[in-house]
Amino acid sequence: MCVWARRTVALLVGLVTAMDASADWTVNLRPGATGISHDIFGLHMAILWICVAIGVVVFGVMFYAIVAHRKSRGHKPARFHENTTVEVLWTLIPSIILVIMVVPATATLMDIYDTSGADLDIRITGYQWKWRYQYVDDDFGYFSNLVTPQDQIHNRQTKNEHYLLEVDNPLVLPVGRKIRFLVTSNDVIHSWWVPDLGVKKDAIPGYINETWTRIDKPGLYRGQCAELCGKNHGFMPVVVKAVPAPEYAAWVSDQKAAAEQERLLTEKDWTLEELVARGEQVYQTTCAACHQPDGSGAPPAFPALNGSPVATGDANGHIEVVLNGRQGTAMQAFGKQLSEVDLAAVITYERNAWGNHTGDKVTPQDIVAYRKQHSSP
Amino acid sequence: MSTVAQSHTEGYGHGPARGITRWLLTTNHKDIGTMYLVFSFTMFLLGGSMAMVIRAELFQPGLQIVQPEFFNQMTTMHGLIMVFGAVMPAFVGLANWMIPLMIGAPDMALPRMNNWSFWLLPCAFLILVSTLFMEGGAPNFGWTFYAPLSTTYGPPSTTFFIFAIHIMGISSIMGAINVIATILNLRAPGMTLMKMPLFVWTWLITAFLLLAVMPVLAGVVTMMLMDINFGTSFFDASGGGDPVLFQHVFWFFGHPEVYIMILPAFGAVSHIIPAFSRKPLFGYHSMVYAVVAIALLSFIVWAHHMFTVGVPLTGQIFFMYATMLIAVPTGVKVFNWVATMFRGSLTFEAPMLFAVAFVILFSIGGFSGLMLAIAPSDFQYHDTYFVVAHFHYVLVPGAIFGIFASAYFWLPKWTGHMYDEVLAKTHFWLSFIGMNMAFFPMHFLGLAGMPRRIPDYALQFADFNRVSSIGAFTFGATQLLFLFIVIKCVRGGAPAPAKPWEGAEGLEWTVPSPAPYHTFSTPPEVR
Repeated sequence: MCVWARRTVALLVGLVTAMDASADWTVNLRPGATGISHDIFGLHMAILWICVAIGVVVFGVMFYAIVAHRKSRGHKPARFHENTTVEVLWTLIPSIILVIMVVPATATLMDIYDTSGADLDIRITGYQWKWRYQYVDDDFGYFSNLVTPQDQIHNRQTKNEHYLLEVDNPLVLPVGRKIRFLVTSNDVIHSWWVPDLGVKKDAIPGYINETWTRIDKPGLYRGQCAELCGKNHGFMPVVVKAVPAPEYAAWVSDQKAAAEQERLLTEKDWTLEELVARGEQVYQTTCAACHQPDGSGAPPAFPALNGSPVATGDANGHIEVVLNGRQGTAMQAFGKQLSEVDLAAVITYERNAWGNHTGDKVTPQDIVAYRKQHSSP
Repeated sequence: MSTVAQSHTEGYGHGPARGITRWLLTTNHKDIGTMYLVFSFTMFLLGGSMAMVIRAELFQPGLQIVQPEFFNQMTTMHGLIMVFGAVMPAFVGLANWMIPLMIGAPDMALPRMNNWSFWLLPCAFLILVSTLFMEGGAPNFGWTFYAPLSTTYGPPSTTFFIFAIHIMGISSIMGAINVIATILNLRAPGMTLMKMPLFVWTWLITAFLLLAVMPVLAGVVTMMLMDINFGTSFFDASGGGDPVLFQHVFWFFGHPEVYIMILPAFGAVSHIIPAFSRKPLFGYHSMVYAVVAIALLSFIVWAHHMFTVGVPLTGQIFFMYATMLIAVPTGVKVFNWVATMFRGSLTFEAPMLFAVAFVILFSIGGFSGLMLAIAPSDFQYHDTYFVVAHFHYVLVPGAIFGIFASAYFWLPKWTGHMYDEVLAKTHFWLSFIGMNMAFFPMHFLGLAGMPRRIPDYALQFADFNRVSSIGAFTFGATQLLFLFIVIKCVRGGAPAPAKPWEGAEGLEWTVPSPAPYHTFSTPPEVR
């Protein structure tokens, strides 16, 4: 009752406030920021105007008949019902228009498929519900998560300008270079799409799809996952940050140094509090989408962690599930996604958060030891 | 032989049985047609109310009414119910009622099977709808149910969904066999194939499409069933399977399926436009050839639904060309309808209004279809609201308006009463405005970058979504008016003559209105 009342009020308030929200009546594609996106825009406009022209002619004739050939105006019906010349003409003319249209379309398509001669390879992997970017040539990578707070999604806070289109770590790319994307998926089919680049490619488990781009000018380009991939399909945006080449080079060396720092953290002696604090952050970005921020889950697909036998029982069993996932369920193998520090932290957090008070501390070293013990010789 | 025939007539009498058994046990094509139509409209309202939930959630940014899990169940069930529960049964209902009347046959060729193929449908949909109340919820992977989202990651109710699809498939296949058997065997003497009414022609071709592709659908869901319950890996890459195989098989069914939902409407409109233009249909022969061409082409264009999955370049080019080719026969049909109206003597009763709107708005859906066929542009359109706009333009003013036009056209024949013309015109105009308001802005949303099947969206999409929702509510509410008009027409109204439309032609108008329980016990002669 109370919930419904609140929702009704929210709806009404929304109705009123929506009226003065900044109006955005975008009606067309944007030309975008790459050669391909410009070509696509050109094709789009050409075929659109061809359709409009055909429509004007055909419906023009029709509306003329509707106005002039009414019974109420005393128009007497003609009896003709065949005319070979006309019928041949209106089969041939559309065919010719199609052939004219096919030529530039085929050229653009061949261009889109030409992934040769790339300066840089980026591996893009779709996960439920985030993207992973790996800089294959420079041996580092990271995940890119939505950062819009739940409070904004649930209307408890004013929404940002880039509501649902903002991420923690955008994909950073240099301008003016040919970049090849290797697109795949870890679980279900996703689709990586940035309208301004004119790039959309499905991320399919077991496949590596290739596509490419060359961005003309620096800027932030936003897109979204385009293929239904489960509950949070609407909440896995893509943000590309295109920067000039020198800036890109500096950024790459920073990233490499940071990756090295992260590896050193594994050696550090962690206290329970430090692990829980770090673990809470990891949990909120990685686990909360399914298991919920309060660990209550969404059974049966996503079990509760609060009080669960896994999170309160034997620590090795817990490590096993987090590292290797559960076959045939939505629980992924996080062993390959998270660093040893983050794995240890999140497991420690889950064993000590909400109603779980095991007091257990799982350290990065425990994860290393577990891996050694269970790796096949 | 003659004694058998005699006892048959005497045993059944000339009128329907009384009470519920009339409907449960009937083998009469008119009763079964009525049941199909009533069932279809019930499903239309159910699927429509799910669309209302979707549009209410999308009324403004943020999550207000439903959670994403439930939202996905709504989009999935809306699609499945509208395709398999509303549009397809409506056309089977029209076929049941009209094909025997149009070809001068006493009934469908296989009346008992006819009864069974109808009664399977409520069973199938009871199972499908019951998944909403199961633990883990209803199917939530979209009406296209792509693996592995629907297999490894699907809810437990997926197995029930598969069973429901199997039953619907059996029902459709039996319906198709019945239509083919009827048309090929029971035509009145003198009615050669090229004298058949176009509705009969389009249904004959539709029935062959159904026979060809429903088993493919059954195959793909059976593979899912095996993957989910018996440990196979047809679509599971980690077991050596192929998620893209699913899409190939699904769309090999799925593309002819969209023509299954539109060809009978082409047929019906080809009766209605000449009737209200008081002028014979222009280009009967080219109409027939165009439908055959569309049906054949529909088998070789399926991968245009998959331009972004990474089909090799040559495949991409082939499917692009083949898809664009469909514009030619479709164009021929539209030109023929316009030429039929040209220099006619036009009046605009409700069936004609719906038919004219059908031609215009279906063509708009055809234009966006042509745009989608251009593979490079499709990289921008694919899986956005542009696609949602496109297929709603071909299905709502296409299939659904075609059904409304047919219903108003033949209601006098079915009920013996004229419907209320003022109310029917109100129904048309409200539907027309609501439908365009709901779906036209979706083109803009898709081009501006809004993906489909999302429960929440970025702020720049807010304005058009609000317009679209208001249009959808208008369209939805208007359909209750249709229910009222039909009930009113069944219960009374001006008596309808045998041929209530001045320009209508065909055998169905030679029997009295309402059509007697048994018609054409003696076949008519067609010259």
